[in-house]
Amino acid sequence: MNDKKYFMQKSIDLINTRIRDGNARVVTAEEMPAIVDELGEEGALHEVDVVTTGTFGAMCSSGAFFNFGHSDPPIRMERVWLNDVEAYAGVAAVDAYLGATQLSETKGDRYGGAHVLEDLVAGKTIELRAFSKGTDCYPRTTLKTEITLDDLNQAVMCNPRNAFQRYGAATNASSDRVMNTYMGSLLPNCGNVSFSGAGVLSPLANDPQLRVIGSGVPIFLCGAPGMVIGEGTQSSPASGFANLMVTGNMPGMTTDFLRAATFTGYGVSLYVGLGIPIPVVDLDVVRSTAVRDEDITTSIIDYGVPSRDRPVLRDVSYAELRSGSVEIGGEEVKTSSMSSFRKAREVAAALAGWVREGKMELFLPTRHLDTATRVHPLRETEHVPRVREIMQRSIPCIGEDEEIRTAARTLLKGETNHLPVLDADGRVVGIVTTYDISKAVVSPGSGKRVADIMTRRVIRTTPEEAVDIAARKLELNNISALPVVDDNGHIIGLLSAIDLGKLFGGRWSR
Amino acid sequence: MKLLVTFSRKGGREPVIARTVKETGVLINVERAHIDSVAGEVLVDVPDSDSDLVCSKMREFGATVRILVDSVRRDEDECVDCGACISICPKDVFSFDDEWRLTLTEERCVLCGKCVPACPHHALSLMQ
Repeated sequence: MNDKKYFMQKSIDLINTRIRDGNARVVTAEEMPAIVDELGEEGALHEVDVVTTGTFGAMCSSGAFFNFGHSDPPIRMERVWLNDVEAYAGVAAVDAYLGATQLSETKGDRYGGAHVLEDLVAGKTIELRAFSKGTDCYPRTTLKTEITLDDLNQAVMCNPRNAFQRYGAATNASSDRVMNTYMGSLLPNCGNVSFSGAGVLSPLANDPQLRVIGSGVPIFLCGAPGMVIGEGTQSSPASGFANLMVTGNMPGMTTDFLRAATFTGYGVSLYVGLGIPIPVVDLDVVRSTAVRDEDITTSIIDYGVPSRDRPVLRDVSYAELRSGSVEIGGEEVKTSSMSSFRKAREVAAALAGWVREGKMELFLPTRHLDTATRVHPLRETEHVPRVREIMQRSIPCIGEDEEIRTAARTLLKGETNHLPVLDADGRVVGIVTTYDISKAVVSPGSGKRVADIMTRRVIRTTPEEAVDIAARKLELNNISALPVVDDNGHIIGLLSAIDLGKLFGGRWSR
Repeated sequence: MKLLVTFSRKGGREPVIARTVKETGVLINVERAHIDSVAGEVLVDVPDSDSDLVCSKMREFGATVRILVDSVRRDEDECVDCGACISICPKDVFSFDDEWRLTLTEERCVLCGKCVPACPHHALSLMQ
């Protein structure tokens, strides 16, 4: 279709020469698919020199190293607080690493490490407190001062894992309450779907084989020039969830691209703007940067299940997620993004500006990232106690048609406060407590049978559920016992708050 | 037009809304209601042309009625246009424009407040 003969490769030196000369052709990853459609792959390779990507979203695994300089008399800072947020000080005398998710000791989740980082970048004054036991070379034991970003010798952002290639989308199918998660509020009964990631603009989605993104590659980080260090922690390129460890100097960053955030009921996080310029060196890069939202898929995961391996409800593309609603089980469910596509566009556009103006040259990785890396779960050597190990197995129950008086007698005889109510097949249909019975005595008009006064919405547990999960159910629902049921809903035991005490007195204590 | 109707329940259990509907014939849409043992607060939607009639009737029954022009407020400096609020809102107040900028259809807001804690950037608030 095209008579012109093109080279099948383009050197990074040629691209950099064009950048220096101010005539490099730079486009964003959002524009690239249409260019490839129009010009063909070879035409696009010839025409486009750099594709810029961008993302702006919550990246909890972020933070910064600081060197504060030495005071007089000098102190070896053993513990350090910035606006009451503790930083890790186990790195030499006057250095610390402040993590974005660390919470303030006085303001809780309204203020954390991310807020300190944002305040520093905004030019605000931060209170620095330090403590030491004192040594011969560092005699001082306490220090309190006020600092700004300009006062620090170094403030180097170093984020262990940023810019995931894609993120699992979250919904809540199995819990009957609103869940507060790092994916935002999840309404019960699949009331909404929450997702994150810039899709077509996502840096790693434009280079899933990690051919041109790797160690030493220059990036845009929160408005300042930065660099890819290497593989991010928990990176899993083999399963399509690669991420990057990145760094950049905080002076030069701007609050346009660095924002603290609080996820209600979860904690503090940092919104990071991150972009990577991709050199269009060959046809493989052309193909990988021609990716569209339709081509990038992820899974909708049920966060209502409180275990590591949560069930996948369906696969979904970023195009569907970004359309505003997706279908789950025949119903339209509204979607919300946790990351900002408008900001992602701003990152990609700002980065394109840098490259066009010759402010940033491109480099190929000095070391490639391993595409075979796959994340593993934690090896757990301690026994995780299950409900079946501490539940009471022989427990009094009652039928729903029995009289309230019979229930009262059964409670007294069993010396218990909770009476699971069973239907004819032995399935749990309700629960009656001593409180319910007392209430029935005080207001006799409510009925004569157990079914008239029982609580029908029964919070339950299963024998294989971890005790921690069951204990959280007790706490969240402000109740003191859970019927234990098998897969068919048949009662097999009862877990009461008293049983939890077994964990501390018995075989799990150290 | 949205009306915020508040009434005390100390003087009895006057069915304010029901009587107003019955006596005025105006169809009132209850958007949200919070009623406890001592007081009630109900947000209703009525046709603009009938609002005077409804207001005076409800006041006659002892309720306090305020015409509500407020909606949720957005701090544009804090908002990053993520859209976390979009699926939380029961009234479809929030949406994206063509540029992926968050826009508010304020007249739909019933001040339920669900979006306020759902915003990671504390950009949303209710003024009442």
